[in-house]
Amino acid sequence: MTRLPAWVEFGVIPAVNIALAFIVAGVVVAFIGEDPVAALTVMVQGAFVFEGALGYTLYYATNFIFTGLAVALAFQARLFNIGAEGQAMLGGIGAALLFLPLDAYLPGPLVALLAIAAAAAAGALWAAIPGWLQAYRGSHIVITTIMFNFIAAGLVVSLLSGPLIRAGQPSPETREMDPGARLAALHDIAAALGLEIADSPLSLAFPLALLAAFGVWLLVWRTRWGFALRALGQSQPAAVYAGIPAARMTVAVMALSGALAGLMAVNEVLGAQGRVVLGFTAGYGFTGIAVALMGRAHPVGVVLAALLFGALYQGGAELDFEFATITREMVLLIQGLIILFSGALSLMLVPLFARTLGRR
Amino acid sequence: MTAPAVRLSGITKRFGPVTANDAVDLEVARGTIHGIIGENGAGKSTLVSILYGFYEADEGTIEIDGQAARIATSADAIERGIGMVHQHFMLVPVFSVLENVMLGAEGGFTLKAGRDETRAELARLAETYALEVPPDALVGDLPVGLQQRVEILKALRRGARILILDEPTGVLTPAETDRFFDILRGLRDRGVTVLLITHKLREIMAVCDTVSVMRQGRMVAHRGVAETSREELASLMVGREVRLEADRGTARPGAPTLEARGIGLSDARGVRVLEDVDLTLRAGEILGLAGVSGNGQSELLDILSGIRAPDTGTIRIAGREIDRTHPTDPAEMRRLGLAHVPEDRHRRGMVLPFEARENAVLGYHDGPAAGEGAFLSPAAMGQHCTGLMADFDVRPDNPRLRSAGFSGGNQQKLVMAREVAAAPKVLLVGQPTRGVDIGGIEYIHARLIALRDQGCAILVVSVELEEIMALSDRIAVINQGRITGEMAREGADIGEIGLMMAGVARRAPTAASATIPAGADRAAADGWVGGGGGGPVGAGGGSGGAGGGKSTGRQEGIEG
Repeated sequence: MTRLPAWVEFGVIPAVNIALAFIVAGVVVAFIGEDPVAALTVMVQGAFVFEGALGYTLYYATNFIFTGLAVALAFQARLFNIGAEGQAMLGGIGAALLFLPLDAYLPGPLVALLAIAAAAAAGALWAAIPGWLQAYRGSHIVITTIMFNFIAAGLVVSLLSGPLIRAGQPSPETREMDPGARLAALHDIAAALGLEIADSPLSLAFPLALLAAFGVWLLVWRTRWGFALRALGQSQPAAVYAGIPAARMTVAVMALSGALAGLMAVNEVLGAQGRVVLGFTAGYGFTGIAVALMGRAHPVGVVLAALLFGALYQGGAELDFEFATITREMVLLIQGLIILFSGALSLMLVPLFARTLGRR
Repeated sequence: MTAPAVRLSGITKRFGPVTANDAVDLEVARGTIHGIIGENGAGKSTLVSILYGFYEADEGTIEIDGQAARIATSADAIERGIGMVHQHFMLVPVFSVLENVMLGAEGGFTLKAGRDETRAELARLAETYALEVPPDALVGDLPVGLQQRVEILKALRRGARILILDEPTGVLTPAETDRFFDILRGLRDRGVTVLLITHKLREIMAVCDTVSVMRQGRMVAHRGVAETSREELASLMVGREVRLEADRGTARPGAPTLEARGIGLSDARGVRVLEDVDLTLRAGEILGLAGVSGNGQSELLDILSGIRAPDTGTIRIAGREIDRTHPTDPAEMRRLGLAHVPEDRHRRGMVLPFEARENAVLGYHDGPAAGEGAFLSPAAMGQHCTGLMADFDVRPDNPRLRSAGFSGGNQQKLVMAREVAAAPKVLLVGQPTRGVDIGGIEYIHARLIALRDQGCAILVVSVELEEIMALSDRIAVINQGRITGEMAREGADIGEIGLMMAGVARRAPTAASATIPAGADRAAADGWVGGGGGGPVGAGGGSGGAGGGKSTGRQEGIEG
């Protein structure tokens, strides 16, 4: 096949795919009697322009960066981790198990650090089990990670409505953690520096997510371990020939992938909410699959795709708010179209571009 | 003078910027065996694909039996009496011979009529062309030689008078190849025109009447086989003088560096794949392991390189003893001084989507070649790769090119350069020149011999008997997982090795010719030999001649 220049493959084609998704979505909007241009304007303003909008967009993006990285890392080793959702849930539990007993006794920043580590560790453990089953028992990772989402959901319900529940009230959630142990919100930090930005749930978890993205890049493309991981992903026979322990690598990659997914809980639990609430993962783990696919399983792509999805979430919420006829479901439809055009149909335009460019 | 069976004039075919066929002319007289020879990528396959309707030529005309023909699909080709047997068989292994032959020409809604007709037709073809195959045997149970016969029957059943054979002998033993050539001669004598596509000079000389040589998409020469020589054809193919035989010099074998004793292995279904294999590799010596593909060589290489543990037996290397309870892994074997050029470079030897510089350190990525510090150094990898490319003349010498973008020969050179650069004490090489051009073969052979002279112990596993003969100082033969013979290169006899490859381990008192007489040996040549054959003096291994399917199912099947 003809190989396209990088600027076409990674720049023009994704942009055209997204544009196509918006055009089709616009047709649907027009069909239900609203003005597509007005809707798009509201969406863009809702995501970037309105007061606090950008903060919300980045806050959502933080979740998508973590879960997208989790899926992308595993995918580099050709492991389909469908379980980021459950791993993120467990990440929340891990953080709770840490801060609930300790935040009264230890200094806040230490609790925060330990809780971050606990979230990653719990996510890692939850992903390592399917990894181990795949590596040593041949159970398919897609099936087991899906199943582990259900197990995680059940486990979280029983924990949050049982041992971890905030005493004296009926809703399945933990008590709030000590404010000193929470991750600082960026608007607070800005205020301390004398800058005024609008309130939003955006916290230090966002820079942590960017750091994680850089870390994943460094690990996968610049370490010997990452070399082994990519070799395993591209060709298992070649990896085995090269002396790479495929089974151990599989478990380790899954654990690391789960750790990244678990870190998503940091944004929600230590950042936005200060406690573990049932359902805090809200599908971010599943959307992370789309983010990773759209980002071509590369950290830079994942960050960009996460920003797009963050903007869609936030802008979509505004859309829902501004137009009576455009509901939450309509916003989901737009997201679905974007996933369809830039994920499933991402190669649709390649032959067209190859032909046009080839003629020159 | 009758019109030629096939006349191609000015055939040009371009794939994007690549011109695969450039104004190619070809004339094949009716009732002859015509060879088309050329290196990989010379355009042979494209040319016959055009003739068989897989591609349409951009320019040029096709005449069949003197009549202009437009062949846009293979259906057109079949209609004009052209049949093709592919390198990789297109057979359904769980279907019987009969069912395979009628596939695509079942006739009617129920199978009865078509089946009866095909059965009659098979009988007629068997009589006309001396092509006998048991019609109700499952194709998957047949040895490769017979599977190929089924392919030919399929083509003839559709009325083929012009038969195209694409690299047909890759999966056959020497004896099977000779039988196969007999079949081709029989077809020719009955008026079939045969087009034989190959890169093996020996086959052209052995069976063809006329030959056309292709190089880089052009037809460079037409010759009568009687008026040419291997040397002339080789230089026409490559475009320069080529030495067909590497100068082996004399080996000075030293101490054993790797000893394998009693190696045995069963596959997942419990079938014995290797049985009691003893091999000794000595410093400064090349041991050639001859055998038809699929007789346990691949598994043996896996075991010796540490990829798999043997069920039984031990391997001794550099003071380390390896067996079932003390397994090793490829990384440890590399530390012990063993390097391995795997049989299948696409699957094993390299990661195809990787850049060349990444593959240049595959297996050695923990070492300094990939960078001195904790992190990988792309610069160091690039430098290492440039060194390898210069050393083995890999082209293009671009370390950042994706490995899939190199030709087979250059991929192989890169893999070999990587393994040789590790300065191994033991080197295992599987199919050193599979898919490599003549020029590359010359080079790789010379390098292997140079490495031997530096004191490396080398095991060469090859299905090409010529290659074994050209490289080895000592030759071992494997059949059905057993070593059926071992001998010094000096005085080794191709005919005898051929028999050992077929599982008939006998020390022929006379110089056994490669053509095989009637009776049990003929059955052996057909591959119908039952198990056994392991005895030192073959107690008529062929006596189980009609011993049915399972015995030979081990010979390489459909994948070729």
